[in-house]
Amino acid sequence: MQHINVKIFAQQPIMIDIGQAIPIFHRWIQDRATDELLVDVADYRHVPEGPGVMLIGHQANYSMDNAGGRLGLLYNRKLSDNGSIQERLRQAYDSALAACKRLEDEPEFRHKLKFHPGDCEVIFNDRLLAPNDEQTYQTLKPELELFFGSLWGHGAFDLGKKGEPRERLRVRAALRSVSLPAV
Amino acid sequence: MKASNQLWKARLEDRLSAGLGAEIDVFEHELALRRQGKIDERVFAETRLRRGVYGQRYDNGQRHDGRAAQVLAYPERKPTKGPHTLWDAPGMQRIKIPFGGLDAAQLETVADLSEEYSDGIAHVTTRQDFQLHYVHIDDTPALMRRLAAAGITTREACGNSIRNVTACPLAGVCRDQTFDVTAYAKMTAYYLLGHPECQDFGRKFKIAFSGCKTNPCALVRMHDLGAIAATREVDGEVRRGFEIYVGGGLGTVPYQAQLFTDFLPVEELLPLCIAIARVYSRLGEKKNRNTARIKFLVNRLGLEEFRRLVFEERAALSDDPKWAEALGGLAEYDEGPSRPAGLLEIGPAQSEEFRAWRARNVYQQRQAGYATVTIALPLGDITAAQLRVVADVARQYTRETIRTTVEQNLVLRWLSEADLPAVYSAFQSAGLAEPLAGTIVDIAACPGTDTCKLGIASSRGLAAELRTRLLERGMERDEAIGGLRIKISGCFNSCGQHHVADIGFYGVSRNKNGYTVPHFQVLLGGQWDENAGAYGLAIGAVPSKRIPEALERITGRYVAERRGNERFQEFIKRIGKAECKRMIEDFAAVPPHDQDASFYTDWSDAREFTVGDIGVGECAGEVVSPVDFQLAACEREAFEAQLQLEAGQVQEAAQTAYQSMMHGAQALLRLRLGAPPEDAERVAAEFRTHFYDTQLFFDPFAQGKFAQYYFMAHERNGAAVDEDAARRRIEEAQLFLEAAHSCYGRIMTAQRTF
Repeated sequence: MQHINVKIFAQQPIMIDIGQAIPIFHRWIQDRATDELLVDVADYRHVPEGPGVMLIGHQANYSMDNAGGRLGLLYNRKLSDNGSIQERLRQAYDSALAACKRLEDEPEFRHKLKFHPGDCEVIFNDRLLAPNDEQTYQTLKPELELFFGSLWGHGAFDLGKKGEPRERLRVRAALRSVSLPAV
Repeated sequence: MKASNQLWKARLEDRLSAGLGAEIDVFEHELALRRQGKIDERVFAETRLRRGVYGQRYDNGQRHDGRAAQVLAYPERKPTKGPHTLWDAPGMQRIKIPFGGLDAAQLETVADLSEEYSDGIAHVTTRQDFQLHYVHIDDTPALMRRLAAAGITTREACGNSIRNVTACPLAGVCRDQTFDVTAYAKMTAYYLLGHPECQDFGRKFKIAFSGCKTNPCALVRMHDLGAIAATREVDGEVRRGFEIYVGGGLGTVPYQAQLFTDFLPVEELLPLCIAIARVYSRLGEKKNRNTARIKFLVNRLGLEEFRRLVFEERAALSDDPKWAEALGGLAEYDEGPSRPAGLLEIGPAQSEEFRAWRARNVYQQRQAGYATVTIALPLGDITAAQLRVVADVARQYTRETIRTTVEQNLVLRWLSEADLPAVYSAFQSAGLAEPLAGTIVDIAACPGTDTCKLGIASSRGLAAELRTRLLERGMERDEAIGGLRIKISGCFNSCGQHHVADIGFYGVSRNKNGYTVPHFQVLLGGQWDENAGAYGLAIGAVPSKRIPEALERITGRYVAERRGNERFQEFIKRIGKAECKRMIEDFAAVPPHDQDASFYTDWSDAREFTVGDIGVGECAGEVVSPVDFQLAACEREAFEAQLQLEAGQVQEAAQTAYQSMMHGAQALLRLRLGAPPEDAERVAAEFRTHFYDTQLFFDPFAQGKFAQYYFMAHERNGAAVDEDAARRRIEEAQLFLEAAHSCYGRIMTAQRTF
């Protein structure tokens, strides 16, 4: 399983203008803020429930994503990786979480933006390798349970397949303590 | 890049036509050969372009990050995918949509591809294509196979080929049409696709079809070949044909297409295309890309001679059985409704929002009880989720009659009027029901500096900013200006079609206070109607960050001073270009960097616009060099030429335009010679020596094109010109002066850097 995306949701209340992510992402490019090659910034704020502001990279894209009407930091892994599914889940989740923390610490967003590490979606961005059907979900579920169990504690979270068959396979993972808005 | 790339071929094998599948196999093979270094990079570049695989900004591996130019260190060393184009750098995939026609499954395929290979956004272009950005070249064969399985080819979407054949998106449902041109556009697109006679062009070739003469939907007069539906009575029988135009085009210097024939029987359409292709292949420029479009050939030969050569070729053509086959296939084209016609009574029960949407986004078809709905896409962008909503609505309420438009929107045709409330509701919940179609807020913009290698300023950034501000003020509802068209290009190449807008902008730069500052040239008075019937002329450059104020003043003045129902174009003509220029003159000032640094960045981009590091001490805000002064004087001169042309002084206008170029050359020579020569011959010779032969004046992409404008004008100076030639010389002078500004900026930056 490749091209794992992780979106970590922002907590309410959200008191930022996501346009401020533009200078932040440019600074990340200037400062080489990650180990990945960062290339450019794309502004899609004009698109309703779209990718918002996106940091384009070679290995992955990062975006202040507003899909589904919920703001979050989306890590979109583009390159294929070696290693087990657990390792790829770990890589994507850790990269997303690191970006969340970095954003929270940026001067423009400090005390105004908080992400919830226990409230996320995992998207498998390859319809051929991971078709959005029950069989694929059931195949991947034990891997997801294992991964989030090691992260948050077994039995402490809920998993749920989201979206309709035309969409990419998307799984919501959230700690039971998170009050879940309707998606 | 995608782990599944190799699997798609087997998965889709039985869904691809043999021809399409083989073409993609060949392309994949070429990729492999290029990776092994067995194909020359230039040959490979043209090969991929002909598959719609385009380069994108920074693909040379260099990017200025706002502090300094940085190398984008892609991890693996691989061959290039063209000159100065790194293999791993993301690129753009253009997807050709003939006449803009799509069904629901095709829309869903584009949605899937945008998510898996791009950034989740599909972009509708000003020529009815889709574009996906940030695509890795290794993904393109799989992407093409998935498109091919849905019946879409990317073949000849770019490169020196017949580009997407466009057509009025209302063709067939339009109340003003002579007849439905859809089937003819489709027939032409597929007949010419990959045709052997169309493989040896010096440049691209664009074709458009329109069902009528008066409406703008197909912009026939700005195309290499344009066809407008016409009928003629022959022996008591009404026969279909086309009014044919040739040699139009925007680009750096726009040309209006000329009338080739006022009636071409439909049976002659395909043979004529081949005859024109033969003449273009044989006589069109091949070495110098800058004069290779067919407009230059028509201009060089003269229309009469061009026509004679085409008819000579036509007479020599052997009958192609595919002509009759294609004409026979026309009857198969059948588009209609899936649901019974209905009527919708507007009443108080309907929301104000619905009524506004119906008033602006709904077009009552010539077929009673049916309507076409426009989905106004902001900047031509749509998400995958939204595409799926459009597909759903198309399936539920129509026979999947979807089209893209040259205004970067989508239309859905053949909706029963009774279904409009339900359709509105579905679109509204997906953010697709903004009541903005055809309004001043429905701004068209090319990709500009966002992704285009040629972009100078941020056309999309400006479009988004203007959109936000106009919406805040409710300008789409304004009776006087709500219907004006704004179009923006990131550079002089006109992909945003700024020439045919009421208010157009194209990106330029200026050297101000020791920094390079993003600007836009302002064009007023272009004509959208009558198939792009007239082009606007530039009235002056304004810093990017002051364009919103300039727009407010221009529109405010129109609102305050228009006489009765005077149209914007008439108003601009009445007050004259000199007054238009005066109106925006005071916006030209740029505050020093230490007072307001925002002027030195572009919209939606936090980076400093300058190239190279500039020390604060060198700002020297108030110091204006003699070169600055002289270039400003040249711009005034070029503008004076416009005024002369407006007053009917054609020869004088051409002469003044030439002089503005000569004076611009003198200004730059000051940098090399101290005191430049006065004699025109010597100016040209010295300029050639110091700026052309050294390539110092060369634009990175246009190369020496703008200097050639000057040399040509110098050679022809004094010869009689007609109005069109004078207008072109003025355009050329403007571009030469823009290039002079850029050249000056580069020299100054280099001096500071070293």
